[in-house]
Amino acid sequence: MSAAIETEGLTKDFLVGFWRRRPHRAVDALTLSVEPGEVFGFLGPNGAGKSTTLKLLMQLIYPTSGTATILGKPVGDVGVKKRIGFLAENPYYYDYLTAEEVLSYFARLFGYSGADVTSRVSRVLEDVGIPHYRKTKLRALSKGNLQRVGLAQALINDPELIFLDEPMSGLDPIGRSQVRDLILNLRQRGCTVFFSSHILSDAESLCSRVGIMAQGRLVASGRVSDMIAFELKGWELVVAGLSDEISQRLQSRVRAITPLKHGRFMLDLAPDAQPEQLIAELRGAGADLVSLNPVRETLEDYFVKQVAAAEPRKS
Amino acid sequence: MRTIWLIAGAVFKESVRDRVPYAMVVFAVLLIAASYLIGQLTAGQDMKTIKDIGLAALSIFGLFIAVFIGIGLVSKEVEKKSVFGLLSKPLSRTQFILGKYTGLVMTLAVNLGVMTIAYYGILFYMNLTASAGARSVWPSPAMDPRLLIAIGLIFAELMLVTALALFFSTFSSPLLSTLLTIGLWVAGHFNADLRNFENVVSSPVAIAIARGLYYVVPNLSPFDVKAEIVYGMPISMRTLAFTLLYAAVYITLLLSAAVAIFRRRDFK
Repeated sequence: MSAAIETEGLTKDFLVGFWRRRPHRAVDALTLSVEPGEVFGFLGPNGAGKSTTLKLLMQLIYPTSGTATILGKPVGDVGVKKRIGFLAENPYYYDYLTAEEVLSYFARLFGYSGADVTSRVSRVLEDVGIPHYRKTKLRALSKGNLQRVGLAQALINDPELIFLDEPMSGLDPIGRSQVRDLILNLRQRGCTVFFSSHILSDAESLCSRVGIMAQGRLVASGRVSDMIAFELKGWELVVAGLSDEISQRLQSRVRAITPLKHGRFMLDLAPDAQPEQLIAELRGAGADLVSLNPVRETLEDYFVKQVAAAEPRKS
Repeated sequence: MRTIWLIAGAVFKESVRDRVPYAMVVFAVLLIAASYLIGQLTAGQDMKTIKDIGLAALSIFGLFIAVFIGIGLVSKEVEKKSVFGLLSKPLSRTQFILGKYTGLVMTLAVNLGVMTIAYYGILFYMNLTASAGARSVWPSPAMDPRLLIAIGLIFAELMLVTALALFFSTFSSPLLSTLLTIGLWVAGHFNADLRNFENVVSSPVAIAIARGLYYVVPNLSPFDVKAEIVYGMPISMRTLAFTLLYAAVYITLLLSAAVAIFRRRDFK
């Protein structure tokens, strides 16, 4: 079975400057493979090359060098376009058309007609949570609801592979939660989802794998669990009834002691602090254990580290 | 073909709800005001003047619609990035351009149709209210069906101008596209003068440039038969057919060039 998305040395240079045009490398030799059924998070700070990569995959721009295939066919293949969905960043459609008209128009471009169009439009409007805006002209919709129309048009053909550029952009917390559920539903249906984002908590909860872009290069890629699970950063131990004397004694064995409400204290321990032994000692001294939590590296920590490493050194 | 029609239908729907109705209203108000004023001021010449003004207004408002909507639709689509969503659907960039053009021509046809009805309405009113004496000095009847030939040629000219606007908007900014299209429309009406430039200047360079421009700039003067129609003069059917053929060839060339440019374009 071929990969859902495959790129090999994909590179894009843009000419910048007015008088002296010089190339600026937006995407640098991107080699990537996304398997069918995966939810792949394409992460990176602003200007990292995420949207440029998506545009290359949609053939909205042409590569300077390298190749890309989607569902085993070269990008831009009209047959492949029938099997994919795409949501652009900050989508804009047609101000004077209603949500229903825009979605019907797109459905017909896929070759659907008659009752099929009507039922597809109803279903996708329901899926994105705006069935009541069916007859509303797009110019009257809020940014968040326009984003939902954008999502709806990307789903109109039941795609096998869907590309979402910043799908949570402009959505309120309820909208974000709906989009998360939508992506999970797509995953359950076996749809491959490729989405770019800089909201890392979304990627952490949704993605089977992520790729991190910085300065146009793919600086890391793999399973979220492989990237962050095993690196323990320390322990957070919360206790009650800690006397001043014990606090003094602990100073050399903990990184910090922070007083909390209701006579509790949070002890920040190093990864090798052996908390079980410390808990036994504290109990012996009359303190009560409230909670103990391992502090692991988050995707955000990992992301910041990777992006910082890719930054050009300032001298 | 179905895809082209679908795109054309969306363009038509969007344009009709957008600015076109305003142009129609402005045209109708202008025409009514002009006919009333001129009816007061002229004696005997009122029908010729109204026909002239009506056809000129039809041509000018049609030009505005062709240029502003023609340029606005493609460049707005690119500027606001709605082209991203559309081009990710199963259609080619060629179908996109041809669909946009067909939609614009449909919009133009409806707009021109409504203006023609308003125009004939006023002529009908003038005919009804004029005395038998006044009617006897008119060079052609008020409701002259030959006016439709002039309007048909205006439509063909506007189709060409729309193709020109669409062509420029595939690679330049909306402002520059507007200036270039209107500039070429003006130059196109004086194109015949370029052919005889050697009668006015002696510089071989200037003559060569003028001759080059003559072949590149669209020749729009044959599309203007207002005077012949209004004054009841004959029109050669051969010239008419050749003019329409010229429009068809020029439009085909412009659309081919627009497609070639649009297919290579990066949408940042």
